[in-house]
Amino acid sequence: MAEYLTLFIGAVLINNFVLTKFLGLCIFFGISKNLSASIGMGMAVTSVMTMSSILAWIVYFFVLQPFGLTFLTTIVFVVLTASFVQLLELVIKKQAPALYNMWGIYLLLIATNCIVLAVPILNVENSYSFLKSIVFAIGSGIGFALALILMASLREKLVYADVPKPLQGIGIAFILAGMLSLAFLGFSGML
Amino acid sequence: MKELWQIFSKGILEENPIFILALSLCPALAVTTTVVNGLTMGLTVTFVITSNNVVVSIVRHWVNPKVRVPVYITSIATIVTVAQLVLQAYFPLLYKAMGIYLALVVVFAIILARAEVFASKNGVVKSFCDGFGMGCGFTAAMLVISVIREVIGSGTILGMPIFGESYSPMLMMILPPGAFILIGYLVAGTKTWIAKREKARLEEEKGAVS
Repeated sequence: MAEYLTLFIGAVLINNFVLTKFLGLCIFFGISKNLSASIGMGMAVTSVMTMSSILAWIVYFFVLQPFGLTFLTTIVFVVLTASFVQLLELVIKKQAPALYNMWGIYLLLIATNCIVLAVPILNVENSYSFLKSIVFAIGSGIGFALALILMASLREKLVYADVPKPLQGIGIAFILAGMLSLAFLGFSGML
Repeated sequence: MKELWQIFSKGILEENPIFILALSLCPALAVTTTVVNGLTMGLTVTFVITSNNVVVSIVRHWVNPKVRVPVYITSIATIVTVAQLVLQAYFPLLYKAMGIYLALVVVFAIILARAEVFASKNGVVKSFCDGFGMGCGFTAAMLVISVIREVIGSGTILGMPIFGESYSPMLMMILPPGAFILIGYLVAGTKTWIAKREKARLEEEKGAVS
Protein backbone atom coordinates (compact mmCIF):
# COMPACT_ATOMS: atom_id res chain seq x y z
CA MET A 1 0.00 0.00 0.00
CA ALA A 2 2.74 2.41 1.02
CA GLU A 3 4.41 1.71 -2.30
CA TYR A 4 1.36 2.90 -4.23
CA LEU A 5 0.99 5.98 -2.05
CA THR A 6 4.62 6.94 -2.68
CA LEU A 7 4.14 6.51 -6.40
CA PHE A 8 0.97 8.61 -6.31
CA ILE A 9 2.42 11.49 -4.26
CA GLY A 10 5.55 11.38 -6.37
CA ALA A 11 3.53 11.72 -9.57
CA VAL A 12 1.31 14.52 -8.24
CA LEU A 13 3.81 16.73 -6.46
CA ILE A 14 7.46 15.79 -6.80
CA ASN A 15 7.63 14.82 -10.46
CA ASN A 16 4.83 17.14 -11.47
CA PHE A 17 4.37 16.70 -15.20
CA VAL A 18 4.15 20.33 -16.12
CA LEU A 19 6.38 22.05 -13.62
CA THR A 20 9.32 19.66 -13.40
CA LYS A 21 9.07 17.55 -16.57
CA PHE A 22 7.82 20.25 -18.96
CA LEU A 23 5.16 18.04 -20.52
CA GLY A 24 1.89 19.38 -21.89
CA LEU A 25 3.14 22.96 -21.99
CA CYS A 26 1.06 23.90 -25.03
CA ILE A 27 -2.17 23.07 -23.20
CA PHE A 28 -0.83 24.54 -19.99
CA PHE A 29 -0.20 27.97 -21.45
CA GLY A 30 -3.15 27.86 -23.82
CA ILE A 31 -5.87 26.90 -21.37
CA SER A 32 -4.73 28.50 -18.13
CA LYS A 33 -6.18 31.89 -19.07
CA ASN A 34 -9.54 30.68 -17.84
CA LEU A 35 -10.25 28.93 -14.54
CA SER A 36 -13.37 26.95 -15.48
CA ALA A 37 -11.77 25.73 -18.71
CA SER A 38 -8.75 24.62 -16.69
CA ILE A 39 -10.89 22.47 -14.42
CA GLY A 40 -12.60 20.84 -17.41
CA MET A 41 -9.29 20.26 -19.16
CA GLY A 42 -7.72 18.80 -16.02
CA MET A 43 -10.52 16.26 -15.68
CA ALA A 44 -10.49 15.38 -19.39
CA VAL A 45 -6.72 14.83 -19.37
CA THR A 46 -6.83 12.69 -16.22
CA SER A 47 -9.53 10.38 -17.57
CA VAL A 48 -8.06 10.07 -21.07
CA MET A 49 -4.60 9.44 -19.69
CA THR A 50 -5.82 6.69 -17.36
CA MET A 51 -7.78 4.91 -20.07
CA SER A 52 -5.10 5.20 -22.72
CA SER A 53 -2.39 3.93 -20.38
CA ILE A 54 -4.52 0.88 -19.51
CA LEU A 55 -4.93 0.20 -23.22
CA ALA A 56 -1.26 0.77 -23.96
CA TRP A 57 -0.19 -1.47 -21.08
CA ILE A 58 -2.30 -4.35 -22.41
CA VAL A 59 -1.00 -3.91 -25.95
CA TYR A 60 2.61 -3.67 -24.81
CA PHE A 61 2.71 -6.65 -22.47
CA PHE A 62 0.40 -8.97 -24.44
CA VAL A 63 1.31 -8.12 -28.03
CA LEU A 64 4.53 -6.15 -28.44
CA GLN A 65 6.67 -7.90 -25.87
CA PRO A 66 5.76 -11.57 -26.59
CA PHE A 67 6.37 -11.06 -30.31
CA GLY A 68 9.60 -9.10 -29.84
CA LEU A 69 8.24 -5.94 -31.43
CA THR A 70 9.25 -3.50 -28.71
CA PHE A 71 11.12 -1.32 -31.21
CA LEU A 72 7.71 -0.36 -32.61
CA THR A 73 6.57 1.06 -29.25
CA THR A 74 6.63 4.71 -30.34
CA ILE A 75 4.66 4.17 -33.54
CA VAL A 76 2.10 1.85 -31.95
CA PHE A 77 1.51 4.10 -28.94
CA VAL A 78 1.06 7.25 -31.00
CA VAL A 79 -1.47 5.60 -33.28
CA LEU A 80 -3.14 3.94 -30.32
CA THR A 81 -3.60 7.06 -28.20
CA ALA A 82 -4.58 9.28 -31.11
CA SER A 83 -7.18 6.85 -32.42
CA PHE A 84 -8.43 6.11 -28.91
CA VAL A 85 -9.11 9.77 -28.25
CA GLN A 86 -10.93 10.10 -31.58
CA LEU A 87 -13.03 7.06 -30.75
CA LEU A 88 -13.83 8.41 -27.31
CA GLU A 89 -14.92 11.65 -28.89
CA LEU A 90 -17.32 9.82 -31.23
CA VAL A 91 -18.78 7.73 -28.42
CA ILE A 92 -19.30 10.69 -26.10
CA LYS A 93 -20.81 12.77 -28.89
CA LYS A 94 -23.38 10.02 -29.55
CA GLN A 95 -24.08 8.80 -26.03
CA ALA A 96 -23.69 11.86 -23.83
CA PRO A 97 -24.15 15.08 -25.81
CA ALA A 98 -24.26 17.19 -22.64
CA LEU A 99 -20.85 15.92 -21.60
CA TYR A 100 -19.59 16.47 -25.15
CA ASN A 101 -20.67 20.09 -25.10
CA MET A 102 -18.71 20.59 -21.91
CA TRP A 103 -15.52 18.66 -22.67
CA GLY A 104 -15.59 17.85 -26.39
CA ILE A 105 -13.31 20.67 -27.37
CA TYR A 106 -10.60 19.56 -24.93
CA LEU A 107 -10.62 16.05 -26.33
CA LEU A 108 -9.64 17.38 -29.74
CA LEU A 109 -6.76 19.29 -28.23
CA ILE A 110 -5.31 16.32 -26.40
CA ALA A 111 -5.52 13.84 -29.28
CA THR A 112 -1.86 14.20 -30.11
CA ASN A 113 -0.33 15.72 -27.05
CA CYS A 114 2.92 14.83 -25.38
CA ILE A 115 1.31 14.37 -21.96
CA VAL A 116 -1.06 11.63 -23.12
CA LEU A 117 1.73 9.84 -24.94
CA ALA A 118 4.29 10.25 -22.16
CA VAL A 119 2.45 8.33 -19.45
CA PRO A 120 2.12 5.03 -21.37
CA ILE A 121 5.77 5.27 -22.46
CA LEU A 122 6.96 5.94 -18.91
CA ASN A 123 4.80 3.06 -17.65
CA VAL A 124 6.42 0.50 -19.90
CA GLU A 125 9.90 1.99 -19.56
CA ASN A 126 9.76 1.56 -15.79
CA SER A 127 7.91 -1.77 -16.27
CA TYR A 128 5.21 -0.89 -13.77
CA SER A 129 2.64 -3.57 -12.94
CA PHE A 130 -0.92 -3.11 -14.21
CA LEU A 131 -2.20 -1.60 -10.96
CA LYS A 132 0.87 0.59 -10.57
CA SER A 133 0.52 2.02 -14.05
CA ILE A 134 -3.09 2.99 -13.29
CA VAL A 135 -2.02 4.71 -10.05
CA PHE A 136 0.77 6.49 -11.90
CA ALA A 137 -1.57 7.66 -14.67
CA ILE A 138 -4.16 8.99 -12.22
CA GLY A 139 -1.46 10.69 -10.14
CA SER A 140 0.08 12.34 -13.19
CA GLY A 141 -3.31 13.52 -14.35
CA ILE A 142 -4.15 15.02 -10.97
CA GLY A 143 -0.73 16.67 -10.84
CA PHE A 144 -1.38 18.20 -14.25
CA ALA A 145 -4.83 19.40 -13.19
CA LEU A 146 -3.40 20.88 -9.98
CA ALA A 147 -0.73 22.84 -11.83
CA LEU A 148 -3.27 24.02 -14.41
CA ILE A 149 -5.76 25.21 -11.79
CA LEU A 150 -3.09 26.98 -9.72
CA MET A 151 -1.77 28.70 -12.82
CA ALA A 152 -5.25 29.75 -13.97
CA SER A 153 -6.02 31.25 -10.56
CA LEU A 154 -2.76 33.19 -10.66
CA ARG A 155 -3.33 34.43 -14.19
CA GLU A 156 -6.80 35.69 -13.31
CA LYS A 157 -5.17 37.89 -10.66
CA LEU A 158 -2.52 38.95 -13.14
CA VAL A 159 -5.10 40.95 -15.08
CA TYR A 160 -4.89 43.63 -12.39
CA ALA A 161 -1.11 43.75 -12.35
CA ASP A 162 0.97 46.30 -14.22
CA VAL A 163 3.20 44.14 -16.39
CA PRO A 164 6.02 45.71 -18.48
CA LYS A 165 4.98 45.82 -22.14
CA PRO A 166 7.41 43.30 -23.68
CA LEU A 167 6.61 40.73 -21.00
CA GLN A 168 2.85 40.94 -21.48
CA GLY A 169 1.11 37.76 -22.56
CA ILE A 170 3.23 34.64 -22.85
CA GLY A 171 6.40 36.17 -21.31
CA ILE A 172 4.97 36.83 -17.88
CA ALA A 173 3.14 33.48 -18.01
CA PHE A 174 6.50 31.73 -18.32
CA ILE A 175 7.97 33.64 -15.42
CA LEU A 176 4.91 32.83 -13.34
CA ALA A 177 5.33 29.15 -14.22
CA GLY A 178 8.95 29.45 -13.13
CA MET A 179 7.86 30.75 -9.72
CA LEU A 180 5.34 27.90 -9.38
CA SER A 181 7.99 25.42 -10.37
CA LEU A 182 10.32 26.88 -7.76
CA ALA A 183 7.62 26.32 -5.15
CA PHE A 184 7.13 22.74 -6.31
CA LEU A 185 10.88 22.10 -5.96
CA GLY A 186 10.25 22.37 -2.23
CA PHE A 187 8.35 19.09 -2.39
CA SER A 188 11.39 17.19 -3.61
CA GLY A 189 12.60 16.61 -0.06
CA MET A 190 9.31 15.04 0.98
CA LEU A 191 9.96 11.39 0.19
CA MET B 1 17.14 29.92 -56.25
CA LYS B 2 16.34 33.14 -54.43
CA GLU B 3 12.88 31.83 -53.60
CA LEU B 4 14.35 28.67 -52.09
CA TRP B 5 16.72 30.72 -49.98
CA GLN B 6 13.77 32.76 -48.72
CA ILE B 7 11.87 29.61 -47.78
CA PHE B 8 14.93 28.32 -45.98
CA SER B 9 15.83 31.49 -44.13
CA LYS B 10 12.39 32.40 -42.81
CA GLY B 11 12.54 29.46 -40.41
CA ILE B 12 15.66 30.82 -38.77
CA LEU B 13 14.49 34.30 -37.84
CA GLU B 14 11.08 35.50 -38.92
CA GLU B 15 9.22 32.29 -38.11
CA ASN B 16 11.58 30.80 -35.57
CA PRO B 17 9.69 27.80 -34.17
CA ILE B 18 10.58 28.48 -30.56
CA PHE B 19 10.94 32.24 -30.06
CA ILE B 20 8.31 33.46 -32.51
CA LEU B 21 5.83 30.66 -33.07
CA ALA B 22 6.25 29.39 -29.46
CA LEU B 23 5.68 25.80 -30.62
CA SER B 24 7.33 22.66 -29.25
CA LEU B 25 8.56 24.20 -26.05
CA CYS B 26 8.69 20.99 -24.02
CA PRO B 27 12.09 19.90 -25.42
CA ALA B 28 13.43 23.44 -25.44
CA LEU B 29 13.06 23.51 -21.69
CA ALA B 30 13.68 19.91 -20.77
CA VAL B 31 16.91 18.92 -22.51
CA THR B 32 18.76 22.23 -22.67
CA THR B 33 20.63 21.73 -19.41
CA THR B 34 23.87 21.22 -21.37
CA VAL B 35 24.96 22.35 -24.83
CA VAL B 36 25.57 18.77 -26.03
CA ASN B 37 22.04 17.68 -25.12
CA GLY B 38 20.49 20.77 -26.68
CA LEU B 39 22.44 20.28 -29.88
CA THR B 40 21.54 16.59 -30.12
CA MET B 41 17.86 17.38 -29.75
CA GLY B 42 18.14 20.18 -32.32
CA LEU B 43 19.82 17.96 -34.91
CA THR B 44 17.35 15.12 -34.31
CA VAL B 45 14.43 17.45 -34.85
CA THR B 46 16.07 18.88 -37.98
CA PHE B 47 16.44 15.36 -39.36
CA VAL B 48 12.86 14.40 -38.53
CA ILE B 49 11.24 17.58 -39.82
CA THR B 50 13.23 17.59 -43.09
CA SER B 51 12.62 13.92 -43.89
CA ASN B 52 8.98 14.17 -42.94
CA ASN B 53 8.46 17.21 -45.16
CA VAL B 54 10.01 15.32 -48.07
CA VAL B 55 7.89 12.21 -47.47
CA VAL B 56 4.68 14.21 -47.09
CA SER B 57 5.30 16.26 -50.23
CA ILE B 58 6.00 13.07 -52.23
CA VAL B 59 2.78 11.35 -51.16
CA ARG B 60 0.62 14.47 -51.10
CA HIS B 61 -1.33 13.63 -54.27
CA TRP B 62 -2.30 10.14 -53.13
CA VAL B 63 -3.46 10.88 -49.61
CA ASN B 64 -7.15 11.51 -49.12
CA PRO B 65 -7.54 14.81 -47.21
CA LYS B 66 -9.82 13.11 -44.68
CA VAL B 67 -7.14 10.76 -43.43
CA ARG B 68 -4.15 13.04 -43.88
CA VAL B 69 -3.41 13.63 -40.19
CA PRO B 70 -3.11 9.92 -39.27
CA VAL B 71 -0.89 9.42 -42.33
CA TYR B 72 1.37 12.29 -41.30
CA ILE B 73 1.57 11.02 -37.73
CA THR B 74 2.52 7.52 -38.85
CA SER B 75 5.20 8.92 -41.13
CA ILE B 76 6.61 11.09 -38.32
CA ALA B 77 6.56 8.18 -35.87
CA THR B 78 8.47 5.97 -38.30
CA ILE B 79 11.17 8.60 -38.85
CA VAL B 80 11.47 9.22 -35.12
CA THR B 81 11.89 5.50 -34.54
CA VAL B 82 14.74 5.46 -37.06
CA ALA B 83 16.39 8.37 -35.23
CA GLN B 84 15.87 6.61 -31.90
CA LEU B 85 17.48 3.40 -33.11
CA VAL B 86 20.46 5.22 -34.65
CA LEU B 87 21.11 7.22 -31.47
CA GLN B 88 20.68 4.13 -29.31
CA ALA B 89 23.18 2.18 -31.40
CA TYR B 90 25.91 4.79 -31.92
CA PHE B 91 25.48 7.29 -29.05
CA PRO B 92 24.03 5.34 -26.10
CA LEU B 93 24.96 8.04 -23.59
CA LEU B 94 23.19 10.78 -25.50
CA TYR B 95 20.22 8.48 -25.99
CA LYS B 96 20.01 8.08 -22.24
CA ALA B 97 20.33 11.82 -21.61
CA MET B 98 17.46 12.53 -24.03
CA GLY B 99 15.25 10.10 -22.11
CA ILE B 100 11.58 10.19 -22.87
CA TYR B 101 11.79 13.45 -24.82
CA LEU B 102 13.25 11.66 -27.84
CA ALA B 103 10.13 9.51 -28.25
CA LEU B 104 8.03 12.61 -27.72
CA VAL B 105 9.51 14.27 -30.83
CA VAL B 106 6.60 12.46 -32.54
CA VAL B 107 4.05 14.83 -31.08
CA PHE B 108 5.97 18.10 -31.52
CA ALA B 109 3.46 20.55 -32.89
CA ILE B 110 6.02 22.15 -35.21
CA ILE B 111 6.61 18.99 -37.25
CA LEU B 112 2.93 18.28 -37.88
CA ALA B 113 2.33 21.97 -38.50
CA ARG B 114 4.99 22.15 -41.24
CA ALA B 115 3.59 19.02 -42.90
CA GLU B 116 0.08 20.44 -42.84
CA VAL B 117 0.86 24.05 -43.71
CA PHE B 118 3.72 23.68 -46.16
CA ALA B 119 4.69 20.20 -47.34
CA SER B 120 1.15 19.13 -48.24
CA LYS B 121 0.89 22.02 -50.71
CA ASN B 122 4.40 22.32 -52.17
CA GLY B 123 6.91 20.33 -54.17
CA VAL B 124 9.73 18.17 -52.85
CA VAL B 125 12.59 20.67 -53.19
CA LYS B 126 10.67 23.53 -51.60
CA SER B 127 9.46 21.30 -48.77
CA PHE B 128 13.01 20.14 -48.14
CA CYS B 129 14.19 23.76 -47.85
CA ASP B 130 11.29 24.64 -45.57
CA GLY B 131 11.89 21.69 -43.24
CA PHE B 132 15.64 22.25 -43.18
CA GLY B 133 15.19 25.95 -42.43
CA MET B 134 12.74 25.28 -39.61
CA GLY B 135 15.09 22.63 -38.23
CA CYS B 136 18.03 25.04 -38.33
CA GLY B 137 15.95 27.70 -36.57
CA PHE B 138 14.98 25.19 -33.93
CA THR B 139 18.60 24.07 -33.48
CA ALA B 140 19.77 27.68 -33.21
CA ALA B 141 17.17 28.40 -30.53
CA MET B 142 18.16 25.26 -28.61
CA LEU B 143 21.80 26.33 -28.85
CA VAL B 144 21.09 29.82 -27.48
CA ILE B 145 19.05 28.49 -24.56
CA SER B 146 21.45 25.69 -23.68
CA VAL B 147 24.55 27.92 -23.86
CA ILE B 148 22.98 30.42 -21.45
CA ARG B 149 21.81 27.68 -19.10
CA GLU B 150 25.09 25.78 -19.08
CA VAL B 151 27.26 28.87 -18.65
CA ILE B 152 25.24 30.27 -15.76
CA GLY B 153 24.09 27.00 -14.25
CA SER B 154 27.32 25.03 -14.23
CA GLY B 155 29.94 27.56 -15.35
CA THR B 156 31.03 25.46 -18.35
CA ILE B 157 30.67 25.25 -22.12
CA LEU B 158 30.61 21.75 -23.61
CA GLY B 159 31.87 20.54 -20.22
CA MET B 160 34.91 22.85 -20.16
CA PRO B 161 35.06 25.28 -17.24
CA ILE B 162 35.28 28.90 -18.35
CA PHE B 163 35.11 30.97 -15.18
CA GLY B 164 37.89 29.38 -13.11
CA GLU B 165 37.76 27.99 -9.60
CA SER B 166 36.19 30.92 -7.79
CA TYR B 167 32.89 30.82 -9.72
CA SER B 168 30.08 29.13 -7.84
CA PRO B 169 27.41 28.07 -10.33
CA MET B 170 23.84 29.26 -10.01
CA LEU B 171 22.16 25.90 -9.74
CA MET B 172 18.67 27.24 -10.34
CA MET B 173 19.48 27.77 -14.02
CA ILE B 174 19.78 24.06 -14.76
CA LEU B 175 16.76 23.21 -12.62
CA PRO B 176 13.24 23.52 -14.09
CA PRO B 177 12.41 26.99 -12.67
CA GLY B 178 15.45 28.56 -14.33
CA ALA B 179 14.33 27.22 -17.70
CA PHE B 180 10.86 28.72 -17.39
CA ILE B 181 12.13 32.12 -16.29
CA LEU B 182 14.84 32.26 -18.97
CA ILE B 183 12.36 31.44 -21.74
CA GLY B 184 10.06 34.14 -20.39
CA TYR B 185 12.77 36.78 -20.77
CA LEU B 186 13.95 35.43 -24.14
CA VAL B 187 10.42 35.60 -25.54
CA ALA B 188 10.09 39.16 -24.24
CA GLY B 189 13.45 40.05 -25.79
CA THR B 190 12.49 38.66 -29.19
CA LYS B 191 9.19 40.52 -29.05
CA THR B 192 10.94 43.83 -28.34
CA TRP B 193 13.43 43.22 -31.13
CA ILE B 194 10.70 42.49 -33.65
CA ALA B 195 8.70 45.54 -32.60
CA LYS B 196 11.78 47.70 -33.00
CA ARG B 197 12.54 46.30 -36.45
CA GLU B 198 8.96 46.78 -37.54
CA LYS B 199 9.05 50.38 -36.35
CA ALA B 200 12.29 51.09 -38.19
CA ARG B 201 10.83 49.59 -41.35
CA LEU B 202 7.68 51.71 -41.08
CA GLU B 203 9.73 54.85 -40.60
CA GLU B 204 11.85 53.95 -43.61
CA GLU B 205 8.75 53.54 -45.74
CA LYS B 206 7.40 56.84 -44.47
CA GLY B 207 10.67 58.55 -45.34
CA ALA B 208 10.58 57.02 -48.81
CA VAL B 209 7.05 58.30 -49.41
CA SER B 210 7.67 61.85 -48.25
